[in-house]
Amino acid sequence: MTTTPSAIKNAGVVIIGSGLAGYTLAREFRKLDKEMPLTILSRDHAGFYSKPMLSNALASNKTAATLVMKPAEKMAAELNAVVRSEVQVERIDIEAKSILLKGGEVIPYRDVVLALGADTLQIGLAGDGANAVLSVNDLDDYARFAQQLDGVKTVVILGAGLIGCEFANDLLHRGIHSTVIDLADRPLSRLLPAEASAFMRQKLEAAGVQFRFNVAVHRVNKTATGFDVELSDSSHIQADMVLSAIGLRPRTELAAAAGIAVNRGVIVNRHLVTSNAHVHALGDCAEVAGHVLPYVMPLMQQARALAATLAGTPTHVVYPAMPVMVKTPACPTVVCSPAPHAVGAWQVTTTADGCDARFMGVDHSLLGFALLGAATAQKQALAAQVAGWLI
Amino acid sequence: MKTHQCTVFSVIYDEAGGMPSNGLAPGTRCVDVPADWMCPDCGVSRADFEMIEI
Repeated sequence: MTTTPSAIKNAGVVIIGSGLAGYTLAREFRKLDKEMPLTILSRDHAGFYSKPMLSNALASNKTAATLVMKPAEKMAAELNAVVRSEVQVERIDIEAKSILLKGGEVIPYRDVVLALGADTLQIGLAGDGANAVLSVNDLDDYARFAQQLDGVKTVVILGAGLIGCEFANDLLHRGIHSTVIDLADRPLSRLLPAEASAFMRQKLEAAGVQFRFNVAVHRVNKTATGFDVELSDSSHIQADMVLSAIGLRPRTELAAAAGIAVNRGVIVNRHLVTSNAHVHALGDCAEVAGHVLPYVMPLMQQARALAATLAGTPTHVVYPAMPVMVKTPACPTVVCSPAPHAVGAWQVTTTADGCDARFMGVDHSLLGFALLGAATAQKQALAAQVAGWLI
Repeated sequence: MKTHQCTVFSVIYDEAGGMPSNGLAPGTRCVDVPADWMCPDCGVSRADFEMIEI
């Protein structure tokens, strides 16, 4: 399907991806440049929705349909853009500055932006139920997940990170008590100090979530009514559904095939430029000045900077302190991680109703924090004290 | 007084209550929120808040 508000044939800005990154960039760009031809290519329906909402949609009674805030046609009209849904990009020709679509169509560009997102990590599971393990990485996945939830009483979630804990909490709104499994010894092990993880574990367990730590999942087999999940300690858990939330991997294949430098993500500098001057990247697929940060606030900062650059004012991205809200209502949590390699130590104060963890530098400056429960009230005050990562 | 909801994280802005900790006094109408104001939760700008009916 093609949505064309006006006949635009000139090479302009082409954004590959219609997720939060792609559409946020388009909106910010149109604030600055109302004329430049703008095309958005999407492999799905291209409706605008917010991926962060997928892991708390049950609590807010959202369905896959109501999660779509605007259909592609409306986005195209609002953005004065060509929005192409259900198209597959075969490759980018950086010499010819054009994009080849599956089916042979060629789309020229002045600048192309990769807003490709990330794939969910897959672990090699054995068993005849491995292929039925779900993950929720986009709206279509969510629709499948929600459809299969009917009649489900028990869910095993692989991964006790941010998304796994959010889904475990969200499923409680359906009366579903999940068992969350992780190789680590605590929830959010990569974001929280141990005391804060313990606080979160206690709150989520009190709300009805179960955890199994220090174990791996070896095998998922189908049973007459659901699944049998075999763990590395040879124990078994029965469940009606298995959901995987073990992490994300930036989508780099398209860039790599075009000869663009990639590492963990598509490598860009603070101007969001890849190794090719007319190819840019942002959002979950991008590795910005060495950082892969698949969160909303970095994406917003990137979109504003890149929009300005594409509109003619080269602008580098700035990362202020960027607290991440963890959507676990049973244990409200906000984490502002210290920069990688920051030197310091956590100082943690835990009470019955809150946990206040501060990462202090050797000069007693605040380099990061994690606030849980009642302590989240300190978020604004602490965020104002933390220096940004890219300033 | 109206209520607006952010399209990204569902944060609700209630004009009556404002967001005093983020520079918006109680009673601040959405149309009067500065254009460069950003939501403290995820950095979306005022333009990303849309009116919803509650």
